[in-house]
Amino acid sequence: MRLELRGISKRFGDFWANRGINLTVEPGEIHALLGENGAGKSTLMNVLYGLYQPDEGQIILDGEAVKFTSPGDAMAAGIGMVHQHFMLVPVFTVAENVVLGNEPVKAAGLIDAKQARRLVTEISERFKFDIDPDAYVEDLPVGVQQRVEIIKALSRDAKILILDEPTAVLTPQETDELLTIMRELAAGGTSIVFITHKLREVRAVADRITVIRLGKVVGQANPSDSQTEMASMMVGRQVGLQAPKPAAGPGEVALKVGNLSLVSASGGGLLQDISFDVRAGEILAIAGVQGNGQTELVETLIGLREPTSGLIELNGESLAGRTVRQILDSGVGYVPEDRGRDGMVGGLAISENLVLDQFEYPPFGRYGALDYKAINSNADAQIKAFDVRVGSPNDPISTLSGGNAQKVIVARELSRELRLLVVANPTRGLDVGSIETVHAEILAERAKGVPVLLASTELDEITVLADRIAVMYRGRLVGIVPGDTSRDALGLMMAGVEQGKALAAVGAALPDQDDSVEGDLA
Amino acid sequence: MTSSNPLTPKDEPPEGSANRSSASPASGAAPAEPPPGSGPVEPPPGSAPAEPPPGSAPAEPASGLASQPPLPGRFTIALKEILSGSWLLSILSILLALLIGAILIAASNVEVQKAAGYFFARPSDLFAAIWDVVSRSYAALFQGAVFNFGADTPVRAILPITQTLTASTPLIFAGLGLAVGFRAGLFNIGAQGQIILGSIFAAWAGFALHLPPGLHLLLALFGAVLGGALWGFIPGILKAKTGANEVIVTIMLNWVAVYGLGYLLTLDAFQRPGYNNPQTPAIDPNAQLPLILGPNYKTHLGFVLALVAAGGVWWLMEKSTLGLKFRAIGMNPDAARTAGINTDRCYVWVMMIAGGLAGLAGSAQIQGTERVLTSGIAGSFGFDAITVALLGRSRPLGTVLAGLLFGGLRAGSYAMQSVTNSVDVVLVLQSVIVLFIAAPPLVRAIFRTPDPEAVRRLKVTARAARQAQLKEVGR
Amino acid sequence: MTQTGSGLLQPAPADQFGPVIPGPPIVRRPLALKVPVAFAGLTLLAVVAFVFGSDAGLTTRFSLASETDFFQLPDFAVPTRPAATVLAIIMAGLTLLAFQSAAQRHKLGLWLPSVFGLAWILSFMVWVIAGKTSTWTIPALLAASLSLSIPLVFGAMTGLVCERVGVINVAIEGELLAGAFLGAVAASAAGSAYVGLIAAPLAGMLVGALLAVFAVRYWVDHIIVGVVLNVLVTGLTSYLFSTVLKSNAGLNRATQLPKLPIPILGDIPVIGPVLFRQSLLVYLMYALVVGLQVMLFRSRWGLRMRACGEHPEAADTVGIQVNRTRIRNTILGGAIAGLGGAFFTIEMGLAFNKEMSAGKGFIALAAMILGRWNPKGAVAAALLFGFAGELAQMMGTMNTPIPSNILLMIPYLLTILAVAGLVGRVRAPAAEGTFYRS
Repeated sequence: MRLELRGISKRFGDFWANRGINLTVEPGEIHALLGENGAGKSTLMNVLYGLYQPDEGQIILDGEAVKFTSPGDAMAAGIGMVHQHFMLVPVFTVAENVVLGNEPVKAAGLIDAKQARRLVTEISERFKFDIDPDAYVEDLPVGVQQRVEIIKALSRDAKILILDEPTAVLTPQETDELLTIMRELAAGGTSIVFITHKLREVRAVADRITVIRLGKVVGQANPSDSQTEMASMMVGRQVGLQAPKPAAGPGEVALKVGNLSLVSASGGGLLQDISFDVRAGEILAIAGVQGNGQTELVETLIGLREPTSGLIELNGESLAGRTVRQILDSGVGYVPEDRGRDGMVGGLAISENLVLDQFEYPPFGRYGALDYKAINSNADAQIKAFDVRVGSPNDPISTLSGGNAQKVIVARELSRELRLLVVANPTRGLDVGSIETVHAEILAERAKGVPVLLASTELDEITVLADRIAVMYRGRLVGIVPGDTSRDALGLMMAGVEQGKALAAVGAALPDQDDSVEGDLA
Repeated sequence: MTSSNPLTPKDEPPEGSANRSSASPASGAAPAEPPPGSGPVEPPPGSAPAEPPPGSAPAEPASGLASQPPLPGRFTIALKEILSGSWLLSILSILLALLIGAILIAASNVEVQKAAGYFFARPSDLFAAIWDVVSRSYAALFQGAVFNFGADTPVRAILPITQTLTASTPLIFAGLGLAVGFRAGLFNIGAQGQIILGSIFAAWAGFALHLPPGLHLLLALFGAVLGGALWGFIPGILKAKTGANEVIVTIMLNWVAVYGLGYLLTLDAFQRPGYNNPQTPAIDPNAQLPLILGPNYKTHLGFVLALVAAGGVWWLMEKSTLGLKFRAIGMNPDAARTAGINTDRCYVWVMMIAGGLAGLAGSAQIQGTERVLTSGIAGSFGFDAITVALLGRSRPLGTVLAGLLFGGLRAGSYAMQSVTNSVDVVLVLQSVIVLFIAAPPLVRAIFRTPDPEAVRRLKVTARAARQAQLKEVGR
Repeated sequence: MTQTGSGLLQPAPADQFGPVIPGPPIVRRPLALKVPVAFAGLTLLAVVAFVFGSDAGLTTRFSLASETDFFQLPDFAVPTRPAATVLAIIMAGLTLLAFQSAAQRHKLGLWLPSVFGLAWILSFMVWVIAGKTSTWTIPALLAASLSLSIPLVFGAMTGLVCERVGVINVAIEGELLAGAFLGAVAASAAGSAYVGLIAAPLAGMLVGALLAVFAVRYWVDHIIVGVVLNVLVTGLTSYLFSTVLKSNAGLNRATQLPKLPIPILGDIPVIGPVLFRQSLLVYLMYALVVGLQVMLFRSRWGLRMRACGEHPEAADTVGIQVNRTRIRNTILGGAIAGLGGAFFTIEMGLAFNKEMSAGKGFIALAAMILGRWNPKGAVAAALLFGFAGELAQMMGTMNTPIPSNILLMIPYLLTILAVAGLVGRVRAPAAEGTFYRS
């Protein structure tokens, strides 16, 4: 099926998410939509999928203009989409998720379960997915959930498949498998729109590349173009190699974690016997596919969860079992991974968010009363120091863009003397400029001799920042390797392969030359 | 959701507040289309503003620069601002409710029904009958709540307004308590039970103890606070320790309090000697709240205390560290916990403060108005207080004004009964007001008033345009 | 801060590099002692109060038959203290079992708490009616319990239909009341109880529609709308009662649905009269519960509705109209509660009276939660509450050692305990109480 988008514009209030976008996807083509976070790729695809109505422009399928008022229309027209955040109901089985909205029914509206199962098995076998149709989605690893999404789209005879940042949750090896599947599908005549900001994947699989910046198409690229060229096009300015981080000068062991285990309330194991330490002036990265216990580890360190057993010591002082308040007060700074949920209170003012974990203490609070003079002058100083673009410090923080909100959070955490900095996915969803700022701030703390624990699902980010990398898999630590370990070895470890075997499998622990530019773009 | 599939907010278009507690999961994603029909939708009261409501501004040509809209005058903007404000919204909601009440009164009136029976013969009779009963009803309501024009003495004439003050006192107290809870994200339906416990404690301290003036009053007041706070403590601690939903627990505790009071009133220690119906002995004069407008009126010191409490709640919520914690928890408990705020302890504090204030509503009943404890002591104050806090948008001043309004409706309803045969039309008014207040787009659609978000955008555009003009001139 | 039910330490799949990270988990799940400790406490209470609190030598008499029975079963009497002792020993044994399975980290099945509960209630009854001259008719007790639980069952089904689709419904109370009102008025006006049975759901639907409009269309907090609608319905029905119904007595007469005994089933001893000599309303209730249990989990309708309540975005992306589904279900829920409201008037054979639903809607809500958003669970909870209510009423009339006010508290206290303990970890539909922009 041939897809053509003509002059698509979409705006939210004063903000143009898409403006006059033209795009053509030929049958059997893998068309990459390249752009950094916030460029408007997802909005465009949501327009195509009928989730949003375009303010202007036309969608043309095989020469005929169509209008989608709901995803149902788009699906009926043969468009399928695998969303960045999976659209699967966790408490449903695979089969139930696949047939939802398209159920085979028997009499009285009862679902034909046998037929539903067969649908899953058929497609699953065609692509060697090996998926149990009766498994509950919430019990499946993220990579498998993605395959369920693909089955769901294919079961509805999708002629055009939209994949929105599909590799964000995969190990490098799983990514390669996905790329292979994409090629197979394309060879079978399915058109694929592949949304990503990762240049290497684009070069590996795309037939054509359209680059989007600030809601507009800024040009086409060829898979043979160099990564630097594409990067400049995507970001809109020259993006050079990021200067290599200064050599590490690790000092004494500051954070010591020993045999840490965590069991959930329902008895499931979340963390299993985790031991590592972080030295002063060192960045230890926790790598792993999302959902392998990194979140739980960080939340345990920060006191949000109480460890079931094991020790956590900061400069010889035990932190295990302390409250968040006590841990913050002992000099731990924390930048949470989900800033909207854990990092800020959207309805409170920027100035209040800048003292969110300090307002009880002088100069901001005295004898239970708030000193708004001190809070406001602190806000002015921090906003200036971190170059946060705000209307007024008294506006709710929810009015800020992602990058600026993250700067507020980082500013808050770095505004005091730290003895340990814990950051989790600190650049998720940020544009390149903000990513550079945040990375520079983290490296600055390292230079000051602060030990840094960085949990990140982005290998690119890890290879830029980490001095050492600890890889997690299913709540366990697979191993700790040097910061320049190759992606392939890290990828194997992220899939649970032991350190020694992983290193042996890729030949040697050579640094991967190809990654430097992407690392910069994260 | 599972930890493997967290619904992290997407950042494409500008990030909105991802207030998980009350906003939709959809608000974490990019803003979508407005709901079908009229204007954009506002988040429910108490939640952080979500995305700027999209789609209400007129579309501009996509190609080239945005065309410059005609510059709106300052006066136009000011007018639109007034028309889009929440005060106007409240007033319009009240008017709508009065209209609906009028329809109800007219429809249920025998004369009106009779006139409707021969409508085609003489339609004017119907309209006359409707006008007659509706105007008489609302006139009675006004005269019963504010000023009695037909009274023979000045003392009688202003009696209604003092009755309004008296009736509003427990509403304000309990409404303040609920407001604190709402802002901390706790849906406390338990004011009724907390009032009952407050009145039990106050009554016991009032009739069983015999203390010097002043001290006795204070002790009874303290008892009321203690009783209410105790009944607030239970859902608070259960929520903190077990995650029990406070809505369910407080609803259940209301009934436990009702039966508990019923049980106490069967005890000899709580029976007023010489009376057949269950009621306690009257409390000592020393424990009674003094009448502040003289012996002719029942308005008591409790009303002043309620105003003081409103000031206290304002300070607590806006100027104290505890209040900032409460607000943070109400808007985003996860972020509050991550910032080191002990949310569990705060839940307990919030519920105890809410309960204590509701307990004072009980003391206003016992020490101010009723003087004896009966099974009906709390009336429906606890449930009415919910609507008071909602109408007052959980702000102290708003709660006081809403308390006065509903106190007035309550006081006036008895006068109105002579026309309508029922006091219950007031319940209808009350609930309809709150429904409209809670759904601003509905009221805006009915009255076609501008949407505040559109007005805000208009202001921004106008300011920018004006600045651009100034620059031109400067050059 | 989300907790996964299963945890991460599942056996890892083998791949070409061989099995990964071997070894069983060394951390054991923490001891779950809440239930065993509660059992121990209750057993102790039973020993102290029912065994030693009863006078030696008393007997307790139960009657199993109602007069119209086809088979007449004899009454039976047991000596009070020995009977209570036996039951206490059973309870002690069950408590030990509970401790044992907690120590082995096994999950408690359903049977153990059920049997324990039954034993405790039996021993309580043995104690309470010890030495009373009037015998207790078990079928009468059960029938009355069932009767009391009718509005609870309907209400709980309403809550379920609404919450499974993501709408919190605290307006069940108002819907019951509206159903009771219109049921009575329509039945009186038409002179037929069956007309009332048709009208009652319409009233509930109207309230449900208001809830849907405000909660789904206008994004008002679901609990706020529910609370306010309750006030509105109370005000409206009370007002109309005091005005229109007072001036037209013919509009509010006591009308009763006739009982329709089912020939053979109705003759089964004990349960026959209880279950199968009932009115159409009760048979409708049976059909409703069974139907919901099946349709909710096996039908397209149920799958789509649960998808809207669990993950509305996912439902939307497969072409399900989330808000339309929510509105439909909320209105359907209203109809169910409205039908349940008919209980108060035309099932009981009473004229309408002010606020006659008396908080039953809230207990129905509690029953739904206790039943974990499942029709069969909700019915079990509703029956339990009905039983407790009936017990309280009977004892209120019987000069028992416990004041009736305290007994009347029991359902509410039970609910609080359940919400705090048993239900603390139960998962409500994930998208409950949220709004969806379609």
